[in-house]
Amino acid sequence: MRDVAVIGIGMTDFGECWNDSLRDLFVKAALQAMDESGADRLDSIYVGSMSPGLFCGQEHIGSLLSDYLGQAPVPAARVESACASGGLALRCGFFEVASGASDFVLCGGVEKMTDVSGAQATYALGTASDQDYEAFHGATFPGLYALIATAHMHKYGTKREDLAQVAVKNHENGLLNPHAQYRMKITVEQVINSVKVADPLNILDCSPITDGAAAVLLCPLEMTKKLSKKPIVKIAASAMATDTMALHQRKDITWLGSTAKAAESAYKKAGVKPGDIDFAEVHDCFTIAEICVLESLGVVEKGKGGEASRSGLTARDGKFPVNPSGGLKSKGHPVGATGIAQIYEIVTQLRGEAGKRQLKKANRGLAQNMGGSGGSAVVHILEVL
Amino acid sequence: MITPPVVRRNTPQRYRLEAGKCKKCGKVFFPPRLVCDKCQCREFEPYTLPSEGAVVTHTVIRTPPRGFSDEAPYCMGIVQLTDGTRLLCQIADCEPERLSVGLKVHLEFRRVQEAGESGVLAYGYKAVPER
Repeated sequence: MRDVAVIGIGMTDFGECWNDSLRDLFVKAALQAMDESGADRLDSIYVGSMSPGLFCGQEHIGSLLSDYLGQAPVPAARVESACASGGLALRCGFFEVASGASDFVLCGGVEKMTDVSGAQATYALGTASDQDYEAFHGATFPGLYALIATAHMHKYGTKREDLAQVAVKNHENGLLNPHAQYRMKITVEQVINSVKVADPLNILDCSPITDGAAAVLLCPLEMTKKLSKKPIVKIAASAMATDTMALHQRKDITWLGSTAKAAESAYKKAGVKPGDIDFAEVHDCFTIAEICVLESLGVVEKGKGGEASRSGLTARDGKFPVNPSGGLKSKGHPVGATGIAQIYEIVTQLRGEAGKRQLKKANRGLAQNMGGSGGSAVVHILEVL
Repeated sequence: MITPPVVRRNTPQRYRLEAGKCKKCGKVFFPPRLVCDKCQCREFEPYTLPSEGAVVTHTVIRTPPRGFSDEAPYCMGIVQLTDGTRLLCQIADCEPERLSVGLKVHLEFRRVQEAGESGVLAYGYKAVPER
């Protein structure tokens, strides 16, 4: 296996991009990644997208996007693992370069969610749950995470304010990210008094519906020095794991087994412990998700996730900054693009190019991208050399 | 999706709580599966779930998905039945204030969704708090 580096990154602004189609969004992000990489060709393309069929009535997007990027006949595949589709696209590209089969692989993610009504978007997102045994009964995604939140509050005494604090912290970070959808400060009171969605979660506990795309270009580590003058960022580990599809099948509803397993495997591959990671971009699709993810990653003990935001541990100037980009909550969550946008932020931080939101210490970062209510999770660890 | 083939195929579970029990290790699967995730055994015997249980966790859905607009707000929960099997369903005839972890419930046969495009009524189980 060859070592793999990220030599180019790109992303669109996240938001309601009414003038951009799915193909426009993807091509804009991909061109940025290709332009800054110095590569003169592509060997292969992977695109993470959760449901272009339901959001845009368009399938077969591997071909569409390769064509509109001006890269046909390069092989191109769309991969899907619900909200972890982007992370999975990176993982596919990583192995293709590591194996020696290809040198230059573009890994992108895209979702165009605002061409349909909110109700239709909710339906499309709901297809990432168990259709016959969750969605059938009227469960929504906020509803499933609300069930996790109630269980966490009951088991560990996590407070309503602890959930709100995650959103407050991520919005503070997003304020400094020019690509973020919701660049505004919010308060704990605003979160707690916002419109109820699924008790105990309110609208300000939920990541938004977003259009956007992100892309990264991978190549073998030994080729990077000739191509790019930017600091070299290596993918130290790529790992994925699965768990029961339905939330109710899990012994411990507050434990994200797929994230824990993928993280354990990633730490082992990179030869590091959670304490060796400087910062993380994690899948805060709902405030409770970030709390449970921190526990499952081993950053904090079981049951202590609620304290992490309140104590300042995960703040931008804390000991373990989480979601310096603003996370899904403030930056936006164009489902398939999210996993790649996390990598965009990590590479930006590792290169020292994050401007006002630049972290003091950023030598090794972790990205955790999660599908559904945790039925799948992808974890990557990146290091700057 | 509520189409005639789906409704027909799921009838044993939704109408009669039919599950499968692994012949080797005894693990109960609802819905029935073809492979046991505990011991990889592929043989199962028919098994019917008990209808009594208690709420493990709960929520109130206030922003409903398609097919549930007339119902919202409605209570939902994960219910652990007396044999240990867990399932997710609505908690009917229950004021949100009454929801609590440990609340004793039993399953009843109810209509679950509004009739969709195919016009087929979707019936299934809902949990109802014990009086």
